[in-house]
Amino acid sequence: MTQNLKITPLNALHKSLGGKMVEFAGYEMPVQFPLGVLKEHLHTREKAGLFDVSHMGQAVIVGADHESAARALETVAPGEIQKLGVGRQRLTVLLNDDGGILDDLMVSRPVADGRLNIVVNGACKEADYAYLDERLPENAKLERFDSRGLLALQGPKASEVLAKHAPAAADLKFMSFAELQIGDITAVVTRGGYTGEDGFEISTWQEDTEKLARLLLDDPDVEPIGLGARDSLRLEAGMCLYGHDLTPEISPVEGNIAFTIGKRRRSEGDFAGAKRILRELADGPSRLRVGILPQGRAPAREGAEIQSTDGKIIGAVTSGGFGPSVGAPVAMGYVDIDYAQTGTDVQLMVRGKALPAQIADMPFAPHHYYRGQGAGK
Amino acid sequence: MSVKYTKDHEWVREEGGVYIVGISTHAAEQLGDVVFVELPEIGKSLSKGDDMAVVESVKAASDVYAPISGEVVEINQAIADEPAKVNEDAQGAAWFVKLKAKDASELDTLMDEAAYNEFVENE
Repeated sequence: MTQNLKITPLNALHKSLGGKMVEFAGYEMPVQFPLGVLKEHLHTREKAGLFDVSHMGQAVIVGADHESAARALETVAPGEIQKLGVGRQRLTVLLNDDGGILDDLMVSRPVADGRLNIVVNGACKEADYAYLDERLPENAKLERFDSRGLLALQGPKASEVLAKHAPAAADLKFMSFAELQIGDITAVVTRGGYTGEDGFEISTWQEDTEKLARLLLDDPDVEPIGLGARDSLRLEAGMCLYGHDLTPEISPVEGNIAFTIGKRRRSEGDFAGAKRILRELADGPSRLRVGILPQGRAPAREGAEIQSTDGKIIGAVTSGGFGPSVGAPVAMGYVDIDYAQTGTDVQLMVRGKALPAQIADMPFAPHHYYRGQGAGK
Repeated sequence: MSVKYTKDHEWVREEGGVYIVGISTHAAEQLGDVVFVELPEIGKSLSKGDDMAVVESVKAASDVYAPISGEVVEINQAIADEPAKVNEDAQGAAWFVKLKAKDASELDTLMDEAAYNEFVENE
């Protein structure tokens, strides 16, 4: 194993569980456990999987009150943060002045006034923090939360499992969070995740992270899940992996996540990169992130060229592989807008051969989110 | 004849005048669950070390190389139809191709079982 890798609070636990360790985002992380990627993936969709996501960056933007903290983040993020409710979370993006995406992140508003919690990608966190330090106005500042660990419990059994230790977890709605006691551990529990399944992300002090992981892994319905299955699960769910499906050259309109751009923000246009983004909203982007279903059995992976049926290069695959729940290869990538319509026939160049494929709706595996008793899924 | 191995984890074994080729049990374990296998066409002529087949797990694609030079005389369609067989019986039922050897002396450059096991341990 390469030296100088950072470790998470679960490093020893991963190794004791037989995790195959690899480098990811500067951390030594498990890519799979003895169960293997395929079964870990299916187990998560069927029961519940526990993921260590402690490599992700947790931080707080602090202002005099909610409005000043929100306005500060809104200078570099196009989301409607001012109207974010207490106890609510949403996805937003960090933009450069060209409207390209520097990172995608979760932002949430705790009870304490003038604070916004953010969770950013592990591989981006140092650059994100430096950018925020530089760009946040003087009346707001960034505080790192490096002493916290983060676990994700995902799958149809996640709620039942967590509610055994923290009954209130079962009532949390998708994209809401609360501070809960899980046994004797104090945690911030958010309903949501990166698999398309119902589930939670649980932030604790680092000294409690392993204890919490062991408590959850003691449940017969819970298996530890590595990065391999995390990737295939999010791909089937149609979610982006930063650095692959989203980059500093791609705007949220091109990335097909224009929902991250608030209505008020569109009319005010006061965020980094607004010029390009407003133009793309008005005129349409020249390329778009789309789902792609290869027609055969061969997976098309990142970098595979996408061609029209008459052989013109129209884009490239940014994420692709085999979807264990779909039972077939799935992919996403960028194509010229003329070819972005669902159902368009295209071909993927894999090892020099043109394989037939079709532009498809995402997600490839249906989302199962908890929006409250009696609410539609 | 006994089974021989390459450093790229293919195995080859003579049977009735043709050479059966597959990937080692160790390679299958390292790959994890195999989800796709691409086999060459029958009649294809291969030189030692040429790309012969592709095997993909959920995680990644790997090339399988020709351990010796020869012509493909048979392929194992069963593993293309059901790739998981590679994880079940890599050195038996889940063989990849049968080759008509061009120069059987190339086998002398490959490792025997004991040498391969030692190679894997030191890898």
